[in-house]
Amino acid sequence: MGHFEGRRGDRVKHTIVRKETLSAENYLIEVTAPLVAEKYQPGQFVIIRLHGKGERVPLTVADVNSKKGTIVLVFQVVGKTTKELSTFQVGDTVIDCVGPLGNPSEIRKFGRVICVGGGTGVACLYPVIRALADAGNEVISIIGARTESSLLLEDEIRKISAEIYISTDDGSKGRHGLVTDVLEELIKKYKKSGGIDRVITIGPPVMMKAVADLTRPPGIRTIASLNTIVVDGSGMCGSCRVFVNGEMKLVCVSGPEFDAHKVHFEDVISRLTMFEEKEAQAMAYYEGKDTL
Amino acid sequence: MIKIGGIRVPMREEPVQKRIKNFRSVPLGYTKKEAVAEAQRCILCMNAPCVVHCPVRMDVLGMVRKIAERYFKEAFLKIKEDNPIPAVAGRVCPQETQCECVCPLGQTGDGNGINIGKLEAFVADWAMENGVKEEFRIEERPEKVAVIGSGPSGISCAVDLRKFGYRVTVFEALHMAGGVLRYGIPAFRLPRNILDYEISTLTERGVQIKINRIVGQNVEFRDLRQEFDAIFIGTGAGAPRFMKIEGERLKGVYSANEFLIRINLMKAYDFPEYDTPIVCGERVGVIGAGNVTMDAARCALRLGAKDVHILYRRTKKESPARDEEIQHALEEGIVLHELINPTRLLGDENGWVKEVNLIRMKLGEPDSSGRPRPIPIEGSEFTMKLDTVVEAIGTEPNRLFLDRTPELETTRWGTIKVDEDLMSNIEGVFAGGDAITGGATVILALGDGRRAAKSIHEYISRRKE
Repeated sequence: MGHFEGRRGDRVKHTIVRKETLSAENYLIEVTAPLVAEKYQPGQFVIIRLHGKGERVPLTVADVNSKKGTIVLVFQVVGKTTKELSTFQVGDTVIDCVGPLGNPSEIRKFGRVICVGGGTGVACLYPVIRALADAGNEVISIIGARTESSLLLEDEIRKISAEIYISTDDGSKGRHGLVTDVLEELIKKYKKSGGIDRVITIGPPVMMKAVADLTRPPGIRTIASLNTIVVDGSGMCGSCRVFVNGEMKLVCVSGPEFDAHKVHFEDVISRLTMFEEKEAQAMAYYEGKDTL
Repeated sequence: MIKIGGIRVPMREEPVQKRIKNFRSVPLGYTKKEAVAEAQRCILCMNAPCVVHCPVRMDVLGMVRKIAERYFKEAFLKIKEDNPIPAVAGRVCPQETQCECVCPLGQTGDGNGINIGKLEAFVADWAMENGVKEEFRIEERPEKVAVIGSGPSGISCAVDLRKFGYRVTVFEALHMAGGVLRYGIPAFRLPRNILDYEISTLTERGVQIKINRIVGQNVEFRDLRQEFDAIFIGTGAGAPRFMKIEGERLKGVYSANEFLIRINLMKAYDFPEYDTPIVCGERVGVIGAGNVTMDAARCALRLGAKDVHILYRRTKKESPARDEEIQHALEEGIVLHELINPTRLLGDENGWVKEVNLIRMKLGEPDSSGRPRPIPIEGSEFTMKLDTVVEAIGTEPNRLFLDRTPELETTRWGTIKVDEDLMSNIEGVFAGGDAITGGATVILALGDGRRAAKSIHEYISRRKE
């Protein structure tokens, strides 16, 4: 319980110890965060704040090293904060890294599990796939990206999956199309041979909605990990509220994973755009300042 | 010249047109001369009702007397004995229902009682500016106590435990200490430098504050029980309550907590210099009528809203807000609509809230809160155009901690059950503040923190025997 110790007033230092550019818009950083590394379980997330003027942004944990006390974060440059974080180098620190937040994924032996990931959701899915495989499941992974160069963690996922399918929007790698095209075929394929016991999907809400729509008719239990706007991440602000079976739930308290067939995805998709205009403004301000 | 009685020395305030554009303190504070003049009005009652009615029995009379004699340091030390954060309490306590209302000078209801809150703030600010601190010798003890939450009850409990000599660690979920004082109360009511100062006096005394620690989430309660000799739970009532009406999913609809956290904790009013955004429209509706409602409404105004409407199902008379807050809100041009209740929020084609359906109410017999129950008047529905809606209808204890600590007994309102010593059903685990009341005042939380510290001291001493 060493983390209760330490001199008064001191903040834990979150230093970047590794940085990789995964593609034009995706980055990986390894950050010291001993508490998170110790407690993290697949499916959970962290909130980071870059500096004293920073916002609290939820990020995906792709891996942890509890011995070193570090965590691996994968992020896509989508706004000002992720843009700024992409300029951070090894040795730089972020002021806050709090977590793990949210509930862990339900991991046990289900049988045949299909994991469907898109965009940076793939990075979040990776530890879940590994835990499911370790629990003795036959894991079939479907990972998608806009284009080949933005495809994440292909080799890592290939190693731990029974089968892997890839799709890209532009056809530059794997199947030309959407992850749901692959899923549709697999549902047909396994209809006769024992079926599919569970589907887990992490990615853009439009994709997760499409996955849920495919698995609803055959009644395949499907879990979606929601990536709503989060401020405190501990049940205080209600910004992350979603409607599940008509009932209001907070992603940070009851999620991030929910029964995908019961999630009202239209609201999730709509609410994600609430600060769009402001985000563009922040980016313009940052880039203007950056060139000074 | 000493003038007993007479009328209150008026408090100078930032002019309305100026203040609605910034987040600076509205009251400008008494000067020394003004404070002395105000204090000299005191008739020095023998029975000191102001002290009797203070939830922490702060020596109000002693403070006023010392200010009248220009012994500011002594006045400060007097109040510090019972109140660890007087600069805060002086600004946020509902004095008009606690101490100022029982002052004989204000008995006629003309608001002429001694201005105790402003004198308290004056003395605390004076001490801060002059580096005057309460001195106490700490006889170190080996026992360790964990305090969960750095809000008012946690702060007062931690300070008193330190005075007893315990090693105190405070666990705070957010990235800054202060709890509701930090995320809930805007800077125009409680300037940040004052809050920072009050909290720094804690750490200076050796209280260790651990931020980003969410007990039940990334710190296990059972680990705390192993590592610490006693625990105080001051987790407050930080979970937002929603009306559960149609349309709460719309963009432009906030809980007061989200609205205020973005502003107070994250400084969204300084966007884009600060990264956290807030979208505040031109016609804002704030539902409720408590202090938080007033805070959210006044923040909306400062963010540039043209019209701010408070939508309240009872009347101004029943509002639980401090008089000063209502008065400030009305002065600033905020409209308080009485006896109306939202029934539905309607959105535009892009999912943004655009109007609210309301129904008129009438007052019936008193309900469990002692206030008349609002009853909808059938057929009185109407709509109001709004582009931002903030729900400020109250908060409740956060389930995150409670759900993950099932061994802790709670009431059906989700508050922690405690005995008269503020001990919960678990030995050595105490609780206080909003976590046991479900939502009350800063001063009651301060009082609980002190009581709990005393109980913890007795508990640890008893156990050692």
